[in-house]
Amino acid sequence: MGYVMDRAGFAEVIAALLKDYRIFAPVRKKGAGRFTDVDAVIYDEIRDAGEIELELKSDYAPKEFLTPLSETLLYFTEDEVKESDFDERPVLLFGRSCDLHSLRRLDQIYLNNGPARDPFYERRRKAVRCVLIGCGHSYDNCFCVSMGSNRCDDGYVFSVDLIDDRIHSNVLDGSFIKFFSEVPGAEEKDVLPRFVTENDVKVEIPEEVPREIVRSGLWDEYTSRCINCGRCNFVCPTCTCYTMQDVFYSDNGRAGERRRVGASCMVDGYTDVAGGGQYRRKNGERMRFKVLHKISDFKKRFGYQMCVGCGRCDDICPEYISFSNIINKVNAASREVQA
Amino acid sequence: MMNGNPYLPFASEILDVIRHTGKEYTFRMAFDGEVRPGQFFEVSIPKFGEAPISVSGIGDGIVDLTIRKVGRVTNEVFERYKGQSLLLRGPYGNGFDIGLYRDGEVVVVAGGTGVSPVRGVIQALSEMPDARDKHVVVGFRSPDDMLFREDLKAWAEKLQLTLTVDGAPEGYAGNIGLVTKYIEGLPLKDPASARAIVVGPPPMMKFTIIELQKKGFQDCNITVSHERKMCCGLGKCGHCRVNDTYICLDGPVFNYEFARDFVD
Repeated sequence: MGYVMDRAGFAEVIAALLKDYRIFAPVRKKGAGRFTDVDAVIYDEIRDAGEIELELKSDYAPKEFLTPLSETLLYFTEDEVKESDFDERPVLLFGRSCDLHSLRRLDQIYLNNGPARDPFYERRRKAVRCVLIGCGHSYDNCFCVSMGSNRCDDGYVFSVDLIDDRIHSNVLDGSFIKFFSEVPGAEEKDVLPRFVTENDVKVEIPEEVPREIVRSGLWDEYTSRCINCGRCNFVCPTCTCYTMQDVFYSDNGRAGERRRVGASCMVDGYTDVAGGGQYRRKNGERMRFKVLHKISDFKKRFGYQMCVGCGRCDDICPEYISFSNIINKVNAASREVQA
Repeated sequence: MMNGNPYLPFASEILDVIRHTGKEYTFRMAFDGEVRPGQFFEVSIPKFGEAPISVSGIGDGIVDLTIRKVGRVTNEVFERYKGQSLLLRGPYGNGFDIGLYRDGEVVVVAGGTGVSPVRGVIQALSEMPDARDKHVVVGFRSPDDMLFREDLKAWAEKLQLTLTVDGAPEGYAGNIGLVTKYIEGLPLKDPASARAIVVGPPPMMKFTIIELQKKGFQDCNITVSHERKMCCGLGKCGHCRVNDTYICLDGPVFNYEFARDFVD
């Protein structure tokens, strides 16, 4: 069932939903970007439809809600270990097609890699219903079409497209129809969310990356170009790594908490073992480790590609390193080897 | 409480503390449950953090954890003694399949704290009927860094033990040299069918395997155990991944025919 309404009507929909749901969506933060007068689009809990950024691509991904940069798991007191609490109310999580595709990757690691399901992830995941933001056009650095994540036909409760100042929604989940049908002025119409069918950036991924490429000099360039800041990992919708961190309270040294914080395979310390051992000291090696995970190693283990082609890593890189370029370089070099 | 939360540690009593060196101690912990040599526990001390520690001994209702005093986590452990407890999770990982080493010639090469994960294997080898076909080459940095001294004495009586140190003060009577030096001279009847286990720091493992290959060992008969940073032991945190392999889930014990393709 589809609906078309003006922004005021949509605000009513959101206001009604906020009675039952916490809503996390891309929000434009004035001046919070990397340069003067540049805004940042991050994920935040919203209280009003006007806060939702429907036009710009978000700098960060919906994993901001599912795997927060820092999350307390356990509390320690003198002789007790206690799990952290969680607000169990249902959540509506806004995201574009690539973002919705990324959730399968997060689920893969947190729920389905190894015999144990991660309960701290699962309680968040179970609370989430997705809202799809349609894409009327491709953004800078997007290559979702190459990655097959440019469209999704299910996995969302309703969609939102802002076209000529009117909201177009395809309501997939029948239980959400009531929020739309009662809005004054809402037209009932056939609506399909918009998807891009072509990006400026295209990648081709080799079926298998030959061993020669893994060990080749192709990666050396990034030893000097990459400054291992890790931003690419933190904006990536599919990066899941974390580090355990214990903190103790300064006013009571016997009590504290265990947190997990986002980890980056590009940043020093990621591989440190007791006694000073370390793997992949060079940034080029770290780049290889990251890139091959996204386009080869994950697929070997789980049968589909990890990267969803959102291009956020390229958007954020202070050294203008292009991930899609690397993929195409790997592809060209792979062909050369196989020829 | 969440049902069966795998991150929740359990308290285990410290039954005994055995001091090996100024830096290394074995903590004998109360533990009832199945565990194999080569597996590991995440040992946690509230306020400080968790570290993966391999099982260095298994007994009735106990596991031994040999811990080196490095880093923030392990320093705190040393301040805890008998009667107190540590928080543990695990055991994790696959561990060694001792049955593989029952028949025929076996060579175990271990360096430094790498002895911990194979201690249970060496123990088992020393009790096998044809223990004289089991060779163990153990190396430490210096005589002061030696672990499991009592065990070394007992093993020397039952199987073929070569004990060496990388360096020693003048007057030291034992072997001096890296473990790799002693592979060539091992009196093996048929290296092509012999099995080997190699555990230690990455360079030691690399060069030991080269020596074994020179000696005529087949890659498929070599077993290795890898050490990596692990924050979960559950396949989630990502730190231990190499290629498409999670050391914590699929290892840390691997057949070298598989592990030779690891690119760190």
